[in-house]
Amino acid sequence: MPQIKYFQAIKEAQTQLMYKDKRVMIMGLGVNDPKGIFGTTKNLNKIFGNKRILETPTSENAVTGIAIGAAIQGLRPILTHQRVEFSLLSIEQIINQAAKWYFMSGGESNTPIVIRLIIGKGWGQGPQHSQSLETLFSHIPGLKVVSPSNAHDAKGLLVSAVKDNGPVIFFEHRWLHNIYGEVPKKLYSIPIGKAKVVQNGKDITIVSFSEALIQVLRLKKILSECGISAEIIDLRSLRPLDKSSIFRSVKKTKKILVVDNGWKSYGISAEIVSLVSEKLLSILKEKPIRLGIREIPIPSTRALAKNCYLNSESILKAVSKLTKIKIKNKIKKKYLNQLLLKETDIPYKDFQGPF
Amino acid sequence: MKILHKNLFKKIYKIRKIETKISDLYNEQEMRCPVHLSIGQEAIAAGVCQALRKEDKVLSSHRSHAHYIAKGGNIRSMIAELYGKETGCAKGLGGSMHLQDKKAGVVAAVPIVGSTIAIGVGVALKAASNINRKKFITVIFFGEGATEEGIFHESINFAVVNNLPVLFVCENNLFSVYTPLKDRQSNKRNIINIVKNNGMPAFSADGNDVTKVYALAKKSINLIRKYNRPVFLEFKTYRWLEHCGPNWDDDLGYRKKSELNRWIKKCPLKKIEKKLTKNNLTTIKNKIDDEVADAFNFAKKSNFPKKSFLKKFY
Repeated sequence: MPQIKYFQAIKEAQTQLMYKDKRVMIMGLGVNDPKGIFGTTKNLNKIFGNKRILETPTSENAVTGIAIGAAIQGLRPILTHQRVEFSLLSIEQIINQAAKWYFMSGGESNTPIVIRLIIGKGWGQGPQHSQSLETLFSHIPGLKVVSPSNAHDAKGLLVSAVKDNGPVIFFEHRWLHNIYGEVPKKLYSIPIGKAKVVQNGKDITIVSFSEALIQVLRLKKILSECGISAEIIDLRSLRPLDKSSIFRSVKKTKKILVVDNGWKSYGISAEIVSLVSEKLLSILKEKPIRLGIREIPIPSTRALAKNCYLNSESILKAVSKLTKIKIKNKIKKKYLNQLLLKETDIPYKDFQGPF
Repeated sequence: MKILHKNLFKKIYKIRKIETKISDLYNEQEMRCPVHLSIGQEAIAAGVCQALRKEDKVLSSHRSHAHYIAKGGNIRSMIAELYGKETGCAKGLGGSMHLQDKKAGVVAAVPIVGSTIAIGVGVALKAASNINRKKFITVIFFGEGATEEGIFHESINFAVVNNLPVLFVCENNLFSVYTPLKDRQSNKRNIINIVKNNGMPAFSADGNDVTKVYALAKKSINLIRKYNRPVFLEFKTYRWLEHCGPNWDDDLGYRKKSELNRWIKKCPLKKIEKKLTKNNLTTIKNKIDDEVADAFNFAKKSNFPKKSFLKKFY
């Protein structure tokens, strides 16, 4: 199977969808600029023309409404913002209009629109370029929210998102864009609302998504060498949430750790722990644990940012606490030195910025 | 000419009749939703929609009854929506502020001021796209308050840059809820110039004289169809009743009684009726009266939506 990067998978999905369905169009600031949204839309206008790959003014609010208007008339726009935060200028259109259109029309009118939102991290991007605002959108009935952690899921979920008749918020983490994955060349879809068990285990359920999941996966070897059999679940979709996959796993392991991509309070991890508590409290052997980023905006300076993001130590500590199995220092050191970076503000060692 | 005047009269009379009836029956407390009545402002909806074709589309805002009626929206479903019935145009889910009739080309109305301006431009984007090319123009009705929103400026710019067939219609009734223009805009502000400086032709006319509204709308629509470019129109007018609800609101003191009386003298209905003095309008009036009575009877007799209907969603 071909190995391609996450951003290439997104481009491939969009390209194939546009060949297949002439209603699909892409719009946003920078979709036709020389960098093409981190390569995800680069040169697509040369294939599909400037009407279908539509460069827009710096008018997030109107452009979102315009995408909605085009969608209710039968087009299938994919709207892109280079950072999540820009979409906040259009939150009225997203929450009042897109999310409710089907409802407000008595179920007669659809809004097949995809909004791609990119989460930044590190390299000093600071308070307004590094927020994980998945919760904000996941709160709203009428929106679907997906957050693929790898290239394969990114392609499959983007295809489902475009085919969906309602609005789908598609979260991409900037640090995932350059990670390779096995991606089938053909057009395929992954259903929205289905989580994936990425590793089977019996001692503990670890639920995560997006870039946070990558941080969990990096610790796989440490956990297994310490004799911890962890079941790791990638949520993939945040709304609708695949409750049954979580419940099935927790019934088996009787312990749950949720590693959030963003703030814990009122967040995705809060929701999951609530659901598990409501449904399975009597079978839990340990109190659930949530991990997330520090509850402040992320500072620009790397000296402080590292105190705010998730880190491997805290994940290992939580797993150890829940399983009552000690993480051996020798094993930890062996892999942490090998796998992880000293700096937390860059995605890989040779990264030279900026984003 | 006489036929045109009769058609314009019919539209205005129908709007006035329905709005008056809503006002009269509102205290029965069966129409349990906010209503923003269009009495006094009917000429703009009537004149503009008279210049449209059936396949053309309109969008509106919170004060949308007149646009819906003038574009030929089904009035049984409109009144049923106000009564919250399953036969309503949004099946009771939307209320007065969410009127829509796909068949008649009434795409949507929503109460968030300015919001449908962008959505309407998006509707026009479809008209300008290369697929299933059906030519139509999109008319977006909004109040002057909406021109204070960022989304208005974003939208007109987008429509110009992309050459979209849109008619922007600003109904300037001088108040945003109860706040007068002088508290909201510089007295040097000129909306026509603002729009023109964005590269869009812009014109204004008396919004209470339906023949003038029609003439300007017709001219603008011809321009749009010919050149595939947007046009902006501003019409001054005046809301007679309270911002939201069935009553007069002179007791609030936010506007002078004399100002209201001056505008009532410029009644759009009387103005067009004067042009038809030689005609006997009784038959036309009776027919509309019956149609309106039927719509209210239909709404009252219709059922509320069933609980199970909610399962359709999410």
